[in-house]
Amino acid sequence: MKVKIKVWRQKNQESKGGFKVYDSPELNSNMSFLEMLDVINEDLTDQGEEPIAFDHDCREGICGTCSLVIDGKPHGPHQGVATCQTYMRSFEDGDIITVEPFRADPFPIIKDLVVNRKPFDKIIQAGGFVTVRTGSAPDANAIPISKEVADTAMDAAACIGCGACVAACKNASAMLFVGAKVSQLNGLPQGQAEKDNRVLNMVAAMDEAGFGNCTNQYECSAVCPKLITHDFISQLNRDFVAATVRKSFKSKPSTAKL
Amino acid sequence: MKLDAKIPSGPLKEKWEKYIADSKLVNPTNKRKYDIIVVGSGLAGGSAAATLAELGYRVKCICFHDSPRRAHSIAAQGGVNAAKNYQNDGDSVYRLFYDTVKGGDFRSREANVYRLAQVSSNIIDQCAAQGVPFAREYGGLLANRSFGGAQVSRTFYARGQTGQQLLLGAYSALSRQIGLGTVEMLPYTEMLDLVVVDGHAKGIITRNLVTGEIDRHAADAVVLATGGYGNVFNLSTYARNSNATAIWRAHKRGACFANPCYTQIHPTCIPVSGEYQSKLTLMSESLRNDGRIWVPKKVGDKRAPGDIPEDERDYYLERKYPSFGNLAPRDISSRAAKQVCDEGRGVGETGLGVYLDFEDAISRLGESVIRERYGNLFDIYKEITNENAYEVPMRIYPAVHYTMGGLWVDYGLMSNLPGLFVLGEANFSDHGANRLGASALMQGLADGYFVLPNTINNYLAGQLGNRPSTDHASFDEVEDEVKETINHFLNNKGKRSVSSFHKELGNLMWTYCGMGRTKEGLTKALELIPQLREEFWKNVNIPGEEGEWNQSLEKAGRVADFMELGELLCRDALTREESCGGHFREEHQTGDGEALRHDDEFASVFAWEYQGKGKTPLLNKESLEYENIQMATRNYK
Ligand code: FES
Repeated sequence: MKVKIKVWRQKNQESKGGFKVYDSPELNSNMSFLEMLDVINEDLTDQGEEPIAFDHDCREGICGTCSLVIDGKPHGPHQGVATCQTYMRSFEDGDIITVEPFRADPFPIIKDLVVNRKPFDKIIQAGGFVTVRTGSAPDANAIPISKEVADTAMDAAACIGCGACVAACKNASAMLFVGAKVSQLNGLPQGQAEKDNRVLNMVAAMDEAGFGNCTNQYECSAVCPKLITHDFISQLNRDFVAATVRKSFKSKPSTAKL
Repeated sequence: MKLDAKIPSGPLKEKWEKYIADSKLVNPTNKRKYDIIVVGSGLAGGSAAATLAELGYRVKCICFHDSPRRAHSIAAQGGVNAAKNYQNDGDSVYRLFYDTVKGGDFRSREANVYRLAQVSSNIIDQCAAQGVPFAREYGGLLANRSFGGAQVSRTFYARGQTGQQLLLGAYSALSRQIGLGTVEMLPYTEMLDLVVVDGHAKGIITRNLVTGEIDRHAADAVVLATGGYGNVFNLSTYARNSNATAIWRAHKRGACFANPCYTQIHPTCIPVSGEYQSKLTLMSESLRNDGRIWVPKKVGDKRAPGDIPEDERDYYLERKYPSFGNLAPRDISSRAAKQVCDEGRGVGETGLGVYLDFEDAISRLGESVIRERYGNLFDIYKEITNENAYEVPMRIYPAVHYTMGGLWVDYGLMSNLPGLFVLGEANFSDHGANRLGASALMQGLADGYFVLPNTINNYLAGQLGNRPSTDHASFDEVEDEVKETINHFLNNKGKRSVSSFHKELGNLMWTYCGMGRTKEGLTKALELIPQLREEFWKNVNIPGEEGEWNQSLEKAGRVADFMELGELLCRDALTREESCGGHFREEHQTGDGEALRHDDEFASVFAWEYQGKGKTPLLNKESLEYENIQMATRNYK
C-alpha cells in the first residue's frame, strides 16, 4: 500500500508552521504508524531534506511520549491505543492522512509535531505524591486494602501522561489527567493525610498553567489511550468541593507544600 | 589496574550492616554544601535523586526525555521480587540470594547479591506507602505470582504494568523534591561527556535538545543511572532512544566496562515481521505461569496449530526441564527456542517462532481468569499481530532485552573513577551472566533508594571544598571535544542516514554475537565493525542544524558510541572462552547442549580499560570468591 501524508511542519516555537504533503514509499500494512513515518524520514534524509520531528520512545504504548493528531483524532483512529500502537492496516491504500501536533496553549510546539508537556510535571510537583521519606514506610501488609479499592486505584494510575486528553478538549482542560492522579491517591488509605491539600494544590497548579475548565463533553476519555474514565473528573470535583469546605472551617489555610 | 571491590569482611549476613556502621557520615548542615548530579530518571536515577535530596544534598537530575516519568523502566511488565515470604512457601533472604546467584550462572558477587535480597523487602514497603497500586487478594493483602528461575511465589505486581507503577512512585517522590526546590530537574538534556579533574569525576557536559546549547555542570559526585546498552543490537525491546552514551563516554574517561558480553535475550517477544521493523515488543514472562510453550514434533509442519494433535506437539521446555518446565530461566528458554527453530520446527511465516499456548489454562480456569491476569498483554498482542490469543496460540521468539554488563562498580556502587557512581542496569553488579525475571526493578530501586544513599557519604565525607569551578581547564578540554564531534556530524554531508548504519551494526551484532557465539563469527565481527565505523564517520548524513531540535544529530552521537561499544562487546565475548548465562559460546557446551562454564579460568569479572583511540583495551580481572555458595552446574531439570 501507499499513502500520502499531509503533515504539520514548523521550524521552532517562534516560527509559523504549515502543512506539507509527502508521498510514502511502498508500505506493509503490518507496519506501525511511526514506522511509516520512519521510512518517509529515511527518504527525506536521503533527499537532503530535514526529517519530520516527532516524539516517541517506548513504541509500546506505555511511556506516553508519542503524541500526534491523526485525521483530527489524538492518537489516531482507534480507541484505547496510543499513536505508537496504531498500525497501517487501519488505513486504506491511497489515503491522504493528516498529521498534526497536539494543539493546546499550555503545550507549545517545539518543532514540527513535538510539543512541550512540562505543565503536567508542574501539576504533579504541586501535590501528586504521598509524602513518605525513603526508609520510613511500615510493612506493606500492615495496611490491608480491599481488592476493589486497589483495582480502582490501578485504573486511575494507568494514565501515561501523554496529554491527549488536553489536545482533544476544546477548552484544553487537564481535568482527566488531574482527576486520575487525585483519585488514585485520595482513594487509597496511604493518601488520606494529604487528601485536601493534594486536590487544592494540584487544581491551583492546573489553573496556573493555563489549562481550561471541563464542560462535560468528555472528548478526553474518548481519546485516552488507557481509556481512563471521566468518572475520575467527577471524583476530582467532589474532592475539590469537600476540601474547599473543610478548609473554610479552619482558622488558617494550610501551606501548600509539606 | 588492581580492582578492589571493597567488600566488607565478616559473615555474609552482617556485611551490609557492618558497612553502614563503619561508614563515614556527612553532618546534616554540611550536606547542603554538596552538589550531586544524577544522570537518568528511571527507577534507579529517580529513586536516588529523590532520596539524596531528602537527606539534604543539593541534587541536579538530568534526563533526555521531556519529563522524568518517561524513562524505559516504565515498560517493565511483570513484577518485582522481594523475599517477604508472604506466601509462606519457604522463601527467605537466603533463597532469593541463592536463586539470583544461581540464575546468574555463578558470575556475580555474593556480597552484592545478598544485600540486594536483604533490602528487597524494604522496596515493597516503600512503594506500597507511596500509593503504588499493587495487586491484592480479596482479604486486602498483597498478591504474588511466580517468575522464571524460582520455585516460590515472590513476585509483586501491578497488573501487567509493574514497571510503570514503580516508576511513577519514584517519579512522585522525585516530583515532591523538585517542588520543594531540593532537586533541580533538567529535562530535554543529554549528557555528552564526563569531566574528570585530578582523577575524580567532577562534572559533565550536556546538550539541551531543544536549543542545542552545550552546558557545563560541576559537582562533588556524578551518578549515572542511564540504563542498559541493548540498542547496540538495534532491534530490541528497549525504547528507541535508550542509549549507552553516558556510560560509554565515562568509560572513555577511565571507568572500566565490565562483562559487556553478558546480554540477555528474552524468550517471550513478538517475532520480527519485516525489514521496516523499529522495535520488538516483549510479552511478559509472567505469561509462562499459565502458557505452555511448544512446536510441532515434525520438521516443516505447516498445519495450523489447532490442527496439530496433542501427541504431535513437542512441549520442549516441559520435556527437557521437568521441574521448572515453562518457567525455566530466560537464557535457557531462549536457547531452547533457537534450537527447535534451527532444527526447522519453528512456526509462523518466517519459521522463527514458537507457540505460547493458553488453551489448557483457559479450559482449566476459564477465559475470564486469564483475561483478568493478562488481559492487557493479550490486547497488546492483538494490536501488533492482529491475532486473538484467546483463540490461537501466541507466537513468540527471543529478543534482546537487557544487559547484565555495565560499568564496573565496587560494593559501594562507585566505579574505579572516584566520585563516579553507577546504578541500575548501567552497572554490572548483581545479575552475573543472566538476570532472573522481576529482578531488574528490584535492583534499580535497591540501588537508588537504599544502597547509594548509604554509600555515597563515604566518598563525599573527604571531599568538602573539592568541587571545581566550571572554568577549570578540564571543562574547556572536554567541551571542545564535544563540540568538535557535533561539528563533524553536521558538516559531513555524507550519503547515508544514521538509521541505516544503526541497522547494519545491529544485524552484524545479532548475527555474530547474538544467541550463539563462535570464535570464527566473533573474529569476523571484529573485522567488520571497525570497517563499518570508518564508513560511518566518513559517510553519515545529518540534516538540520546545531542550535535546534535535531533528532538525527542526537542519534548520530548515540550510534557512534554503539559502534565502539559493539566492538568491545564482541572482544569480551571472544575472550570469555566458556559459556555462562546469556553468553553462549557454541564451542563450549555439554553433551546435551547446555552452557559449559570453565570456573578455573573464568570465575572472574572482566573489566576493560580504555587505552585510547584505535588501541586494544586492557583487560583487568576481579576474581569472584564464593564463600557461601558452592558453584555448581545449573540444573533446572
Ligand atoms: S512511544 Fe511510548 S507510548 Fe507511544
